[in-house]
Amino acid sequence: MQHDDVIWDIIGNKQFCSFKVKTKSQNFCRNEYNITGLCNRSSCPLANSQYATIREEKGQCFLYMKVIERAAFPAKMWEKVKLSKNYEKALEQIDENLIYWPRFIRHKCKQRFTKITQYLIRMRKLVLKRQRKLVPLSRKVERREKRKEEKALIAAQLDNAIEKELLERLKQGTYGDIYNFPVHAFDRALEQQDEESEEEEEDEEEEEEDDEDVGKSEFVAEDEVEESDLSDFEEMNKLRTSSDEEEQESSEEEEEEEMEVETKASKSKGKSPANGSAARKKRAYVEIEYEQETEPTPKSRAT
Amino acid sequence: MWSVEGGTEEFQPEQEEKMEKSEQAAAAFPPSFSVSEIKNKQRRHLMFMKFKQEKRKQKLQLKKKKKKEREALGDKAPPKEVPKTIENQRVYDETTVNPEDEEVAFDEGTDEFCSYFNGLTNPKVLITTSDRPRGRTVRFCEQLATVIPNAYVYYRRGLALKRVVPQCIARNFTYVMVVNEDRKVPNGLVLCHLPDGPTAHFKVSSVRLRKEMKRRGKEPTEHSPEVILNNFSTRLGHSIGRLFAALFPQDPQFVGRQVATFHNQRDFIFFRFHRYIFKNEKKVGIQELGPRFTLKLRSLQKGTFDSKFGEYEWVLKVSLSAVTVFFKMQEELCCLI
Repeated sequence: MQHDDVIWDIIGNKQFCSFKVKTKSQNFCRNEYNITGLCNRSSCPLANSQYATIREEKGQCFLYMKVIERAAFPAKMWEKVKLSKNYEKALEQIDENLIYWPRFIRHKCKQRFTKITQYLIRMRKLVLKRQRKLVPLSRKVERREKRKEEKALIAAQLDNAIEKELLERLKQGTYGDIYNFPVHAFDRALEQQDEESEEEEEDEEEEEEDDEDVGKSEFVAEDEVEESDLSDFEEMNKLRTSSDEEEQESSEEEEEEEMEVETKASKSKGKSPANGSAARKKRAYVEIEYEQETEPTPKSRAT
Repeated sequence: MWSVEGGTEEFQPEQEEKMEKSEQAAAAFPPSFSVSEIKNKQRRHLMFMKFKQEKRKQKLQLKKKKKKEREALGDKAPPKEVPKTIENQRVYDETTVNPEDEEVAFDEGTDEFCSYFNGLTNPKVLITTSDRPRGRTVRFCEQLATVIPNAYVYYRRGLALKRVVPQCIARNFTYVMVVNEDRKVPNGLVLCHLPDGPTAHFKVSSVRLRKEMKRRGKEPTEHSPEVILNNFSTRLGHSIGRLFAALFPQDPQFVGRQVATFHNQRDFIFFRFHRYIFKNEKKVGIQELGPRFTLKLRSLQKGTFDSKFGEYEWVLKVSLSAVTVFFKMQEELCCLI
């Protein structure tokens, strides 16, 4: 015999029901025939011998009914009625089949049927719209690709490649006459410049050689005086530690001043000494730091 | 006792050192002990470091010796050995395009880009994104639009690409560029040439926007940039190269001194945008403006964008095993094992 109350007493409250899902606020029922989805006395399909549900299969809705007369035949317990695709007609069908049934079940069946039709409509609409496809990334592949990219970047040497390409295009003349770098004239100009600078160097070297001799001949006579004068200048000491060089410097002051003026007429006074020193290093001779500061020394010598 | 123990501890490393030295002196026979047999981790580590140092020293000495020999021989010295690189080891690919090939020339004369290369059409590019783009992608699109002349950025607003494409054709666009976004960062690019042209799908990585560039210059101007395409030498590479070339107008304005570079290296396409200045005949200075990104071709489709029924000309095959790697776009096919 079907004792609904007893069944509910057992599974509802006291003992275990395998379909029951407990949460903090509510209990749910996972039974597929449950009409509301909650675990209640009136919605439990196990604890009600007269029960009805709506279920959908592949877009088709069916009304399932269970009556107490068939409680002894589990295979034939649920009566399945196919509902029409038309919403109103289906509602009428539900009413027709569940006539004289409890109000609760009729109401809940219609509610459930409405919800099901709504979500079926939404599914059909979504399929027509564009859907985001999630493509799985393989971590291994991604890692490898990243490393390969880094290596390829290093192998590419982009800046060099771009510069080379641009220079080639310039050579081939794709730029026309925009840039005034005519090839032969420029080379000739370069060569001329080289010759000039070589001549200058030779001249200056000769002069310096003379100066050397001059410096050497004066070495013995003016040794003490020059050292005492020059030791005051800090810059001199920084540049050259040996006294010989200082003497050469002092003796060559005037000539070198003139030469510096000749070679670097355009640059300002402040800058020229430094550049002069850089250029002169190649010739292995000595440079004056500051023209201005070396001027007083002849005066001191005179006095 | 204590002092004796201390003594023995000091002795042992010395002994081992001596043993090492003697072993290295008599390098012919193998060492009687290996570093891995020492149980004490600290000491084992010490020994290993010493071993490494010795090796390094030997290597340096060998190098110095070789260098001396080279200098001593002078002109008669054997030529310097070139290190092996991937680029050196490539197997020659038959699909490399020979610039004078008639077949290729004929193909190019009649393919989808012929109207562009004959000067009939001017490029007009539509740049858009996937749905709901985030800040970085939006900024990337804007910067792309400044780099590519005659480019328009439009918001996507959930339109289907299949419907966008006919509209673009109707309005005389020649290109549609769709920047795909994932987690607020652009990661894909679909480049579709319009009147039924090929569609290329790229994977985008390492996007650097303008403000993240070091020592960048002022904004790119409106002048049409020059285009440099490096290393697109196989058939596939050639078609991709033409795809990129057709993005920019045919006549670059040299006054603007801007150049856009697509450099293909091992199937990665690096995009850079520079401003150049010729200091003299042999020197050019370049300053990077503009965004930079790298592309990797994932698939090439014959017609316009159609993911279901399109005819794929080439699809990237990813193999999880590390056995074979093929570079399809560059000069030679390379097979690394």
